[in-house]
Amino acid sequence: MDSLDNFWQIYSNLVLTIGINALLALSIWLTLSCGLLAMANAAFMGIGAYTASVLTMSAGAPFPVALAGGMAAPTVVALLIGGPTLRLSGVYLAMATLGFGEVVRVLILNAESLTGGALGLNGIPQLTQWWHVAAALAITLWALWRLRRSRIGRAFEAIKEDAVAASLMGIGVMAHKMLAFALGAAIAGLAGALNAHLTFFIGPSEFGFDRGVDILTMAILGGTSGLTGPVLGALIITVLPELLRGLKDFRTMTNGAILVLIVLFLPKGLWDPLRMRQWFGRGAR
Amino acid sequence: MLSLNQVSKRFGGLTVLQDVSFDVPAGSVFGLIGPNGAGKTTVFNLITGLLAPSGGSIALEGRSLVGVKPHQITRLGLARTFQNIRIFKEMTLLENVIVGMHAHLDYSVPGWLFALPGFRARERQAREKALELLSWVGLSAKAGDIADNLSYGDQRKLELARALATEPKLLLLDEPVAGMNTGEKVELMAQISQIAKRGYTIFMIEHDMRFVMGLCERIAVLNFGRIIAEGSPDEIKRNPDVIEAYLGREDDDVGAAANPA
Repeated sequence: MDSLDNFWQIYSNLVLTIGINALLALSIWLTLSCGLLAMANAAFMGIGAYTASVLTMSAGAPFPVALAGGMAAPTVVALLIGGPTLRLSGVYLAMATLGFGEVVRVLILNAESLTGGALGLNGIPQLTQWWHVAAALAITLWALWRLRRSRIGRAFEAIKEDAVAASLMGIGVMAHKMLAFALGAAIAGLAGALNAHLTFFIGPSEFGFDRGVDILTMAILGGTSGLTGPVLGALIITVLPELLRGLKDFRTMTNGAILVLIVLFLPKGLWDPLRMRQWFGRGAR
Repeated sequence: MLSLNQVSKRFGGLTVLQDVSFDVPAGSVFGLIGPNGAGKTTVFNLITGLLAPSGGSIALEGRSLVGVKPHQITRLGLARTFQNIRIFKEMTLLENVIVGMHAHLDYSVPGWLFALPGFRARERQAREKALELLSWVGLSAKAGDIADNLSYGDQRKLELARALATEPKLLLLDEPVAGMNTGEKVELMAQISQIAKRGYTIFMIEHDMRFVMGLCERIAVLNFGRIIAEGSPDEIKRNPDVIEAYLGREDDDVGAAANPA
């Protein structure tokens, strides 16, 4: 048990970060599963993180209230910006949502009295317990797993494949896109709120373009055909830099090379049930 | 059931449809024919709400469809297939058909979130209904296959089953036998007349004359965006304007468009 305690003391932060990153990867998976390349998740995470932190630090709200606020604020923002932006498709949507992310960053930077500006918020109470993250991830996975097997999940899939055909099946395309976008924002906000109460400190630069690309990479690398992919992607993206620590100067380079190789040779991501069936089905015969 | 009154459609300065009027009577099989580029698919796109008409009115059972969103039109009881097949390729056949039932699966959020009995029952009914619809077009044996692996003809049949899943009163078929071989055509003809006998009103666009003449009770002919004739198959066959549109006039020195039949 001693060695386990020891492990937890050193690595608890890393393990919890895996969980939070898995939530983020799932949040973008949700919009991807509806055929939307929306890149606003880092900004939604930031909105969630700041809202929750301000609630606990300035308003003295209990942690559950802060978490709820951290989910509600980005959801409301998503509903507001979803109307105009979700009419766009493909890279145009990506550009619009990246632009939105930049606006959020600048707003955080300038709302100094509330957010601490460029200095960020310091001394956020460390309220996030390991089971908070575990429960958040478990509930999210459960809800998304059930969603996929309902008419809503099928509608997302249909919209992703052919939005015109989907609308002629009686599916309200805009309403479903909005739902995917808003739910994704809520999950990203939850991840942000949990993360803020884990790391003591948040700053505006944490929720910019780099984080957005990281989140997308986790989902794409893991594979977007199911729920396993994003979780696996989050695990690898979080752990790989730690495993490569010994390489010192070559660390980031090797990290990047591995990611490039995976995407190059497994374009559908690591977790691709169809390909695995082909591989192992053939091996067994 | 469906009535178009003085419908026109212009794309900029180009008039695609001009004063198109006809009625599709309830319970009938109605055909719209015409040479390539006559504007037939545009008529379907106007009816299903994918395009807005520049003028005129379209009504389903007396309810105007102008300005109504496509998914709401589907819910009013109108379904269609596409000339350039638009099935969901990465789904199984069964899933394709169940997507068509979207508006009729009325379970609550807690229902699907916790897989409550109501949800399970509705989903089971949907699967059974989907299998039945697939059997109508002879595809029930392939229900678990990925749709992309189907032959061209089978993809058309799947699209038909999926359209039926929306529980339409009126079914619009856009060139249902395009690209099919003779055997497949005969088979589909039998299946469509079976579907018509079950009480669906069918409105089809088709190039294949034998198919149209064999199935339809009434036919309208569209040429250069105008209706030039409407009547029973026999009347249409004898109509000099129709013959001219398809074969050209006798005194034309250069042979006009080839007969698509």
